[in-house]
Amino acid sequence: MLSCQNVRVQFGGITALDGVTFDVAKGEIVGLIGPNGAGKTTMFNCISRLYPVHGGDILFEGRSLLAEPPHRIATLGISRTFQNVALFDTLTVADNVILGAHGHAHAHAKRRFFGEAFRLASALRAERALADEAAELMAELGLESVAQRTARDLPFGTRKRIELARALAARPRLLMLDEPVAGLNHAEIDELTGFIRGLKGRRGLTVLLVEHHMNMVMGVSDKVVVLDFGRRIADGPPAAVKNDPEVIRAYLGTAS
Amino acid sequence: MEGLLHQVFAGLANGAIYASLALALVMIYRVTHFVNFAQGELALCSTYSAWALIEAGASYWVAFVVTVALSFAMGVVIERVVIRPASRAPALSVVIVFIGLMVALNSVAGWIFGYSTLSFPSPFPAEPPFGNHYIGSHELGVIAVTLGMLGLLYVFFRFTTLGLVLRAVADNAESSRLVGIRVERMLGLGWGLAAAIGAVAGIMIAPIVFLDPSMMSGVMLYAFAAALLGGIDSPIGAVVGGFIVGVLENLMGAYVIGTELKLTVALVLIVVVLVVKPSGLFGQPVAARV
Repeated sequence: MLSCQNVRVQFGGITALDGVTFDVAKGEIVGLIGPNGAGKTTMFNCISRLYPVHGGDILFEGRSLLAEPPHRIATLGISRTFQNVALFDTLTVADNVILGAHGHAHAHAKRRFFGEAFRLASALRAERALADEAAELMAELGLESVAQRTARDLPFGTRKRIELARALAARPRLLMLDEPVAGLNHAEIDELTGFIRGLKGRRGLTVLLVEHHMNMVMGVSDKVVVLDFGRRIADGPPAAVKNDPEVIRAYLGTAS
Repeated sequence: MEGLLHQVFAGLANGAIYASLALALVMIYRVTHFVNFAQGELALCSTYSAWALIEAGASYWVAFVVTVALSFAMGVVIERVVIRPASRAPALSVVIVFIGLMVALNSVAGWIFGYSTLSFPSPFPAEPPFGNHYIGSHELGVIAVTLGMLGLLYVFFRFTTLGLVLRAVADNAESSRLVGIRVERMLGLGWGLAAAIGAVAGIMIAPIVFLDPSMMSGVMLYAFAAALLGGIDSPIGAVVGGFIVGVLENLMGAYVIGTELKLTVALVLIVVVLVVKPSGLFGQPVAARV
């Protein structure tokens, strides 16, 4: 489904990604791990087209993403969350989630911009459908009680769930989660892990996640890709990766 | 008492104009984080084109609608041609671009239409409505037209998807792009709206201050003061600030400092707000992690 081939990114003299290759198959949950600065978030930003890619290619369902502008990525079926949560802070929770659906709401109908402003009846109907869908998602993620609150005023754990709801509202086929459980407490982590597992079964979603919480990654992933200094050092099922000497070296250093 | 009420109503009419222009400033500020110094001259060009249309024989309201549409297009084009290429430049460069745009538009207006003062018609009757002594027809009309426009804008931003998308872009451009919003188009739309609002304000104030290339300079100072008083990032604040400044200006001019010193009210207000409460009445205080 997603295929990163020899992806290379440079920031000035620093090579952030040095020929990274890995595949994500349909319906899989893939964990992307590695020490700080390994290039995990950079990889995400390349797939979202926020960073320029200097070499290699990224294919999504056979189509190169490098030819697409950033605003098309959501329409193609990829949505994501951010490490530090990038919500629309001044808007309500409900509005945040509805905006998530912007991509597919516009992909089906060709009407945009002026079209929407003038065809009131159909626009209103489409709007109601979006609001209903958003309400469902908020219920699923336990956000109904805060739907009309401003996103800025809510605690971090809640904001993470809002961002997840916004990403799901886009009806993605590939969901990218950047450190979904960082900063959450134990109960919240268990709940979210369960939710992510459920996504795979119910929505047939493919998930690519970056995470430092090892138990969570190893528990939830079908496959783990390990990066270190911009290079892929391991790729395989969690059990195999956990015992890979390269991976242990990268995380713990060598005893010399 | 009659005199006082008259001054208050006249102040509300001016305040409605300041509120509209302040709102246009706030809209641009929210998406670019710059104050659009050229806002007044955009409105000036719009007012001149309305005047030209009326001179050419168009009826007042036809000229009004055509001008608002033209101004919208002008805003979109200016965003595309002048503002977008400079959007990644350092802050000072962008400010200079705004000032350059202001001077250029002003000079073009003077070049085409000359520097003599022209009178601009009012669509409202000359005698006061219902035979009252407090408020003239034009003043009442200005308040009605502006409040109507502000109401429409409120409905647009609050209740339509397109309005929500515009608010999202103002809040967080990067996230907007990731949910599939074409941010550049929305910026163009924002500029178009700001220019259209300015056009309405210019056409409404022209019969009061008369039409010449320096017509908007004083008006814009009051609008800046209004936007700052309300909080430069708050649309509600801009409207409230506009009405407060309008009434304050008129009362101060009539009873305290005289009409010659009226403009000082705006300047003093700008300084006081920036010193005492930079975030204004409704604005979000800016806090940065250091």
